[in-house]
Amino acid sequence: MDCGTPPIPMDVRTATQTLLSVRNLKTYFPQDEGTVKAVDGVTFDLYPGATLGIVGESGCGKSVTARSILRIVDRPGRIVDGEIHFRRPTTNGGAGQTVDLTKLEPNGPEMRAIRGAEIALIFQEPMSSFSPVHSVGNQIIEAILLHQQVSRRDARDKTIEMLQRVGVSSPEARVDQLASQLSGGLRQRAMIAMALSCHPTLLIADEPTTALDVTTQTQILELMRQLQREDGMAIMLITHDLGVVAEMATDVAVMYLGRVVEQAPVDAIFHAPQHPYTRALLRSIPRMRARSRARLTPIVGAVPHPYDRPSGCPFHPRCADFMAGTCDRRAPSLRPVGDQHTVSCFLYE
Amino acid sequence: MLAYIGRRALLAVFTVWAISALAFAIIQLPPGDYVTSYIAQMASMGSVVSDEEAQNLRIQYGLGQPIYVQYLKWMELVVQGDFGFSMEWRRPVTEVIGDRLWLTVVVSVAALLLTWVLALPIGIYSAVRQYSVGDYVATFIGFIGLAVPNFLLALVILYLGFTLFNAHIGGLFTPELQDAPWSQAKVWDLFKHLPIPALILGLAGTAQQIRIMRANLLDELRKPYVVTARSKGLSEARVILKYPVRLALNPFASTIGYTLPYIVSGSIIVSIVLGLPTVGPLLLKALIAQDMFLAGTIVLLLGVMTVIGTLISDILLVWVDPRIRLEDT
Repeated sequence: MDCGTPPIPMDVRTATQTLLSVRNLKTYFPQDEGTVKAVDGVTFDLYPGATLGIVGESGCGKSVTARSILRIVDRPGRIVDGEIHFRRPTTNGGAGQTVDLTKLEPNGPEMRAIRGAEIALIFQEPMSSFSPVHSVGNQIIEAILLHQQVSRRDARDKTIEMLQRVGVSSPEARVDQLASQLSGGLRQRAMIAMALSCHPTLLIADEPTTALDVTTQTQILELMRQLQREDGMAIMLITHDLGVVAEMATDVAVMYLGRVVEQAPVDAIFHAPQHPYTRALLRSIPRMRARSRARLTPIVGAVPHPYDRPSGCPFHPRCADFMAGTCDRRAPSLRPVGDQHTVSCFLYE
Repeated sequence: MLAYIGRRALLAVFTVWAISALAFAIIQLPPGDYVTSYIAQMASMGSVVSDEEAQNLRIQYGLGQPIYVQYLKWMELVVQGDFGFSMEWRRPVTEVIGDRLWLTVVVSVAALLLTWVLALPIGIYSAVRQYSVGDYVATFIGFIGLAVPNFLLALVILYLGFTLFNAHIGGLFTPELQDAPWSQAKVWDLFKHLPIPALILGLAGTAQQIRIMRANLLDELRKPYVVTARSKGLSEARVILKYPVRLALNPFASTIGYTLPYIVSGSIIVSIVLGLPTVGPLLLKALIAQDMFLAGTIVLLLGVMTVIGTLISDILLVWVDPRIRLEDT
């Protein structure tokens, strides 16, 4: 196994090209009642070896963005506009050609060669994300056999080795067990083993720790960090938990109603948030050093119904800095406000 | 897993015992005992049963002794393959049923296999391409299949076969081979006659199974493990066939048990219309004529077949769903 690839230092990233560059992505779900614009103009960049936290409330389009990248959006949803540039690795590990994933056939050979091998996915439900009637090993071996030219026996050995790496005890026995025989934490470890079995350059983790208890959560996050150090893959971490983002991410993209409203390095998001939504989000979480009787400030209002999106800036009905005549008329676009810091708000235009 | 199958087998034996008690009760239902009606029957045919012979029969069946002794005596004969005497046919029951039992099994299994061969792929297609034209067509034909009584379908096919092709469709054999001894030619003849009765008998079941498969698969397709499989880069066909279809098959495996007797009892009218030499029409006649040894025997044999079918489906279920194996350990 090719362990020990050093992580790419932060300051090299300006020199490196982006691994994944999403531009103005729109994924719509036409329904009888109207079109749900689940993703409506998402733009962000992800660098090799970095961790991008995608943050936002439920229903803001985080998961659909992830599935759009993998081209596994459920019907009737489809990508109607935008580009997803992904830099495919060359066989010797260097940076190769970029492809626009939106131009590929969702089930064509090229997309399937990327899916699972170069971009892998782990997600929230470690219980239901394994088939209940196939052994865990069977499902991991399948992924290895699909993308690597190895014998079944070698694939099994690799699977056991991978389970060992993610901290599954007695992997020789676990490999033949069903997901229902494993604990929640072990299942998520096995899921990570499956996702990393083909050494992807991008791991998309969609709320990987939401269904786990806090102790297990910490262990899983630590495991992901360790594997990232060893394999050097980039992680796109989708979560609504700002604590997880603070712990894991190098960069953060904040999403609201299908759009990225702010993207910045993690320190800038937490210490100098620019967008009113990001600020409101940070005010709504408890802090360790806050005064003991300090009240949390919730974000006023609720996420609008998907069929009834506000005009102009989608956040304007809930925004503390709402400017009548501007925010409700036109939609702002992402503009740079600092070093690698972009915001989509009229306050900065 | 062995414990599971063992427990099922034990339950099966118990069920067979209960069915045998029921069959015995049916035989005991008419007034008077068997030997009295046998003597009356023989007298009506002009032959006389001697007192000695009548006495031997009474001893053989344990008549005059407590009911459980009679039951045990009867079971003893049944186990030896002696099912008694059919009053209606004036021949031993074994002779009357003869090939009919095996032909019934052949027709039922053919209908069941045809049901599966048609229902599984159509059901899968209907679910994967939900609300497509093909799905609507399958749904439409499916509901027609459910709604049209199969004997009506049998009549229509007979009529069409006769008027359009001048072909005789009924029966399982060509008339020349009907009473011929079994030979390769006769088996081939049976094979050629099988599809139409199997299709007619299986149609209602097919329609039902298409709906079940479609509903099950639609449920399974929304489960996260399907997304996992897809995110590995598997081809769509492999994703669907290996994962959700496998789980949607569970209810199929567990319905074999009651599908078999359903086909047999549901086939009586069709068998009469198509002139099929199965046990269905025989049971009907036996019940009308109060031919109790024949009726009881058929009930017993059908019951045993049902139990065997259920046992097979239980074992299939273990194979399809390994979670059942775990429940025991």
